Amino acid sequence: MASLKELSQREILFTGGHRLCAGCPAPIVVKQVLLAAPHAPIVVNPTCCLEISSAVFPYTAWKVPYYHNAFENAAAVASGIDAAITALRRRGKLDENKKFSVIAIGGDGGTYDIGFQALSGMLERGHRVLYVCYDNGAYMNTGIQRSGATPYGAWTTTSHVGDAQKGKQQHRKDLAWIAAAHGAYVANASLHNWRDLMRKVEKALNYDGPSFINVQAPCPRGWRFPEDKTVEIARLGTECCFYPLYEVEDRGRKWVINYVPRNKIPVTEYLKPQGRFAHFFQKGNEYLIEEFQAEVDRRWEHLQRLAKMSEDL
Amino acid sequence: MTVQINDAIRKLDKKSFPAWYEIPLGGTLVAEGSTDYHTGSWRTKRPIWNAEECSHCMICWMYCPETAIKVENGKVVGIDTNLCKGCGICANECPREKAMTMAPGGEY
Ligand SMILES: Cc1ncc(C[n+]2csc(CCOP(=O)(O)OP(=O)(O)O)c2C)c(N)n1
Ligand code: SF4
Ligand code: SF4
Ligand code: SF4
Ligand SMILES: [Mg+2]
Repeated sequence: MASLKELSQREILFTGGHRLCAGCPAPIVVKQVLLAAPHAPIVVNPTCCLEISSAVFPYTAWKVPYYHNAFENAAAVASGIDAAITALRRRGKLDENKKFSVIAIGGDGGTYDIGFQALSGMLERGHRVLYVCYDNGAYMNTGIQRSGATPYGAWTTTSHVGDAQKGKQQHRKDLAWIAAAHGAYVANASLHNWRDLMRKVEKALNYDGPSFINVQAPCPRGWRFPEDKTVEIARLGTECCFYPLYEVEDRGRKWVINYVPRNKIPVTEYLKPQGRFAHFFQKGNEYLIEEFQAEVDRRWEHLQRLAKMSEDL
Repeated sequence: MTVQINDAIRKLDKKSFPAWYEIPLGGTLVAEGSTDYHTGSWRTKRPIWNAEECSHCMICWMYCPETAIKVENGKVVGIDTNLCKGCGICANECPREKAMTMAPGGEY
């Protein structure tokens, strides 16, 4: 892996001048993904904050071939591009040696929920596509609605906090696990750990098969924290094991934890700076913290068991 | 042709819009990069970079969402004030206390 100094001499293929909020996580993720892509990138992007703000006619922040598709079909479009590359090669219309990195980048709404079927199909058919989900845990672009990725208890504009309920009532879907069941190369990454994220992107795009990387992407607007804390919140998310960094290889069998915190911090350190969890700290709502912590522990322990079982693989 | 149309639209006074037939089919975007759209006017606070204190570790460069940390030959040379939105991530992540700090107000 190149050093930061070396990387900083490369051109970033996603420019400024886009209209994403100050402190937005999406361009940080995109930068790292594009810097790590081993071949000429082709990007597919469903409707989401990233798309709506980076391709505002007549501007585009993208310096790579870029396709904006509908909200639900990024994986289907990326599959088509992969198939087209194969077909053009077969017909001798494309240089055999010219390699491409086909990358779909979607939000969690477009990936966990509405684009889920297309994603599952792409992974099952085995396309050489890397699907990256920048996971900001809600439908941010349309005004912070809950998604399958929204954490338990979080306030959103469709999971209110009041007498009848206290934020989202369900735990979040673990999409990386579902993706792993397809036998794809799967990883959980976070923008604060650029080295880990970039290594996974490079590995995925060199892998002869489908891949899925879920990236923790704290959103200052929707999570209600000051815009200079984007990277810091991500770090806390990983340090408390709410967002562990791991990868799944060997067709879903080999689970490897890439980062084990020296001291696993309590989830309150992650929850406290975020306004969407403010009600967790009101009198009488202590059970929210307990349940959040219990679920983080359950998933972390399960992940450790899987990693232990994979040790001899 | 389409490149010229896009460029022409980009130069237009913000108040006048092109006619529908002047827009490329499918709204295709062919002029790459958006750095001529200046988001620096969004700033309500501004980063102050201190060349003497900077170790050129490039951490701010990696995390800046706006490609606003200017780098030449592996060294930070300043901040692109046309693009910087003043989010403060650079100052928050900078490991050296005095190398990158935030000041109130967007104007330099
Ligand atoms: C079929 C369809 N339904 C709804 C919308 C409206 N819509 C556009 S983006 C979006 C939310 C996107 O959420 P997510 O994928 O999480 O990305 P984010 O905006 O959070 O980055 C919605 C609901 C749409 N474009 N198409
Ligand atoms: S709402 Fe969140 S994800 Fe969307 S542009 Fe703003 S900071 Fe980025
Ligand atoms: S993070 Fe700080 S020390 Fe490192 S390059 Fe930026 S300003 Fe210099
Ligand atoms: S304040 Fe934000 S936009 Fe400006 S240089 Fe620092 S990280 Fe980049
Ligand atoms: Mg989202």
